[in-house]
Amino acid sequence: MTTYLGLGLILLATILLLAFTFIKRKVRPAFREIAALVHLRKAAGLAVEEGTRLHVSLGRGGLVTARGADSLAALALLRHVGGQNSISDRPPVSTSGDPLLSILSQDTLKSAYRSAGVEELYESTNGRLAGMTPFSYAAGAMSVNRQEQVSTEVLIGDFGPEVGLLTESNERENAALIGAASDPAAQSILFASTTEPLVGEEMFAMPAYIGDDSAQRASLQVQDILRWVIVAALLAASLLKLAGLI
Amino acid sequence: MKSTPLSAAIAIAVGLIILLGTFLPVPLLATVRFELLQWAMILLGVATLVGVGNLFSVHFKKIRRREKGAVNSLTLLVAMLAVLLIGVVTGPLHPWMQAAVEAVIIPVEASLMALLAVTLLYASIRLLRRRVDMMSIIFLGTAALMLLGSVFLPRIGAIPFLSDWIRPWLMYGPAAGGARGLIIGVALGALVTGLRALFALDRPYGGK
Repeated sequence: MTTYLGLGLILLATILLLAFTFIKRKVRPAFREIAALVHLRKAAGLAVEEGTRLHVSLGRGGLVTARGADSLAALALLRHVGGQNSISDRPPVSTSGDPLLSILSQDTLKSAYRSAGVEELYESTNGRLAGMTPFSYAAGAMSVNRQEQVSTEVLIGDFGPEVGLLTESNERENAALIGAASDPAAQSILFASTTEPLVGEEMFAMPAYIGDDSAQRASLQVQDILRWVIVAALLAASLLKLAGLI
Repeated sequence: MKSTPLSAAIAIAVGLIILLGTFLPVPLLATVRFELLQWAMILLGVATLVGVGNLFSVHFKKIRRREKGAVNSLTLLVAMLAVLLIGVVTGPLHPWMQAAVEAVIIPVEASLMALLAVTLLYASIRLLRRRVDMMSIIFLGTAALMLLGSVFLPRIGAIPFLSDWIRPWLMYGPAAGGARGLIIGVALGALVTGLRALFALDRPYGGK
């Protein structure tokens, strides 16, 4: 039963995602304002003007794990900010704690530069493997903040409690911080350490808010619809249980 | 990596096979899925070598340009090459390799973990300076109640009422409910993000 429910949910999500992505609509969907993402847009622009660096920390998780989607969302965001800041004197740097993710981050940055028409400015060392265990990753990413004139750090991806070390290093360097993670422990640390925290699924909304991609916008709408479906299912199940029918 | 329709088609096909193999009890799908996952593991091993090469080139460049932190980079490269050499010559089970793990890597990571405890305490104290609102007060209040409900005091032991009423209620009531809500939201986000990659609307494997 659970298998078929899961399959049904995936099928529904697929149909909605493809429909919202490819069917042209006259009115663009409006999304609520998220303070942290407004701040990120401004900070990305300021980094170019001031000649400082934007550091995107993609987390220490890989793609072949249960939290692989976090890394995919992080790569989507990297593509947007990489393209926007590619002409900066100090181009954005991404760090990751998984070798596969670091290769994909290099490829993502390269395609972002290509889209911006400045492929010749791309350097493969801007997509880095910082370390291969959670704490060695944190140590490696902290050194980027300290040594490379980082004015804004974006933490997005699969983080655990070690994210506390990154937020602390960021605070010491006086850099702006935008952080989002899916792990509840990392979320609570980010809540305590950032001025404008991003909670829960807001991490997956970041690429849609920063970029202008119809698939990203469609995915936000699909998430909203699925959330209402789940709320309705939970309420219906509770009522049926109360009535003694299940 | 040049993006081609063929690479997208292969990625979509492989993704669909893995997805269907997870849900449908078809032996052929399970076999193909297992084989593909084996390939992924081999590629992951190769990716590790490439990643280490990237780490080397980043730090080598820092040393060559005499950038800030070049001494740290030099230390890292010397240690990396030494461990690699010992590992290749003596094998991973040799006492020297065990010593590198047990006397260097584990203590350093444990120290960072200890540092994290202090860092988190400091972050909590600064929270009210950074953002004074109802949510911050509830967050800190809950954290304080949970900590007090977990401690054993000399002579008294666990704090009555707090440890047997307040703490379990917070843990299994509001905290568990909130965590489930967060996890459902994250799961939906992960599902849609995965589908975007599966149908090549996002292409982490070669750009768009």
